[in-house]
Amino acid sequence: MSDGKVLLQVQGLQKHFPVRQNSFIPGGKRVLVRAVDGVDLRLYEGETLGVVGESGCGKSTTARLLMHLIEPDEGSVVFDGKTVGRDLSLREYRRQVQMVFQDSYSSLNPRLTVLDSIAFGPQVHGVSAGQAKARAEDFMQRVGLDPSRFGERYPHELSGGQRQRVNIARALSLQPRVIILDEAVSALDKSVEAQVINLLMDLKDSLGLTYLFISHDLHVVRYISDRVLVMYLGEVVETGPAETLFKAPAHPYTAALLSSMPSMDPDHRTEEAPLSGDPPNPINPPSGCRFHTRCKYQASMCQQSAPSLVPIQQQAEHQAACFLHHPRSRHPQAIKP
Amino acid sequence: MASQGEERSDGYWRGVIRRFLADRVAVAAALVVFALVLLALVGQWITPADPFQASMLKRLKPIGTEGFPLGTDELGRDMLSRLMVGAKLSLFMGITPVLVAFLIGSALGILAGYSGGFINGAIMRTIDVFYAFPSVLLAIALSGALGAGIVNALLSLTIVFIPPIARVAESVTTQVRHRDYVEAARASGAEALTIVRVHVLGNVLGPIFVYATSLISVSMILASGLSFLGLGVKPPQPEWGLMLNTLRTAIYTQPWIAALPGVMIFITSISFNLLSDGLRSAMEVKQ
Repeated sequence: MSDGKVLLQVQGLQKHFPVRQNSFIPGGKRVLVRAVDGVDLRLYEGETLGVVGESGCGKSTTARLLMHLIEPDEGSVVFDGKTVGRDLSLREYRRQVQMVFQDSYSSLNPRLTVLDSIAFGPQVHGVSAGQAKARAEDFMQRVGLDPSRFGERYPHELSGGQRQRVNIARALSLQPRVIILDEAVSALDKSVEAQVINLLMDLKDSLGLTYLFISHDLHVVRYISDRVLVMYLGEVVETGPAETLFKAPAHPYTAALLSSMPSMDPDHRTEEAPLSGDPPNPINPPSGCRFHTRCKYQASMCQQSAPSLVPIQQQAEHQAACFLHHPRSRHPQAIKP
Repeated sequence: MASQGEERSDGYWRGVIRRFLADRVAVAAALVVFALVLLALVGQWITPADPFQASMLKRLKPIGTEGFPLGTDELGRDMLSRLMVGAKLSLFMGITPVLVAFLIGSALGILAGYSGGFINGAIMRTIDVFYAFPSVLLAIALSGALGAGIVNALLSLTIVFIPPIARVAESVTTQVRHRDYVEAARASGAEALTIVRVHVLGNVLGPIFVYATSLISVSMILASGLSFLGLGVKPPQPEWGLMLNTLRTAIYTQPWIAALPGVMIFITSISFNLLSDGLRSAMEVKQ
């Protein structure tokens, strides 16, 4: 996959939300929530990149930053070689990159029929009402909903799975090249989830799409992704091809996440909790390596400096940010290459 | 899944009407409101007697006197006729300020709620200034400053009702603005105005309108109060609040007659309140 063309790229993506610690005192102390803190991300044409991490690690913020629904503080988005906002208008970029949200109910306007919701996007981009409707019907067919049966319905008259199909059809109706799926199947029943995942994979093949698939469900990510990116407290801690990363995780956090996956085999059940406690507060993230407070390999150097992403076993695609893998880090348990 | 295919899809408003008609209290209130509006429109043409014809000999006749089914007022004028004609001005003074304030307040509130940030702060903090005064006091102060008269009373009432309506509009819009469907519309590249028109208005105007309906009764009472103080409608023009004021001297001799305009104000305001209650519960969308 990595030999393909880079379709979407950001470097040093950063978003700090200012919050006032005491809102009663005017000009009270302002502190920053470091939601996304220097994320590098590359999306190759035709691949599915899975993004995993605990709640609050900045996955969804990253998605919203990529869509420019919130303005990033740092880091510009480069799509197909063009910088968004400079070489490529935001409007045109948003036609090429679409997003599907987690909450299938809240992401549909309760006052609009399914067809009107899907046809809205194309109309914004200058397609006539009639053509937009025809296009909406076409995409309803593609996501497995009969337009004559569901077209005139309102969102509350549909099931969760049907609503999520409508949301996918709406994203597709602009004929984008990239779709960001932010926990798009997480709220669905397992059986419906499987149907929607298969639909997504079929659509990807038939329409030549590229997915950024955000989820906390590691089984689903392993199933659907070509490459995986692991986030912790607003930073990327490991990235690599899905198979390699799932078989041989390099970062202790990834290893802990993977060992928290429920196993189908009773002989492989997890005996002790791989990770304890909640992730630290992103307002005052730990110094040095942000994972050191919960890491079983932590050494004094981990508190002092932050490790950068380095290739694992000379594979450029597989990278982790951990001193265990830094060749000259002098970490007591460092793995010798 | 299969059973859903057969059932007919109901539009949103059809569902609202169906739920509203099932609510007996609300339907009764709607009928009373309809009757009052009808009375206001045609009342002056169908009065049994001349509402301005005074007679010193027929002062303060009790209810049920021959020729005067609801008695006469302190100048001997027919109460029934005066109440019928008074409906026009009373309803007009109740509805007009709320309607104008609904338009202005919604616009301000939606602008503040959708923009957020600095614009929200500027609009909402200005509106908070008006909250520093009780609404009755504010209406009296504004009317007093502008001078007596119907137009000035309407103007001051409108100003009184803009802040509460704008505040409701702002809070509903802020909620809607953070829904994913607005985010999705932004992600489709739509302009702010298009998003407001297609995705925001339809979801916020209903609740704001319901709230505004509940203010009609307040407006009527405030308008009556202004007339009572001599700041609104001027005699001999019949208006319920003004009638209540002039009849108060007769409260020990003919208490029932003195209470009649108050009864009309009460019936009207409670009908509008019940109507808005019914509208609100009928418009709640089930999740």
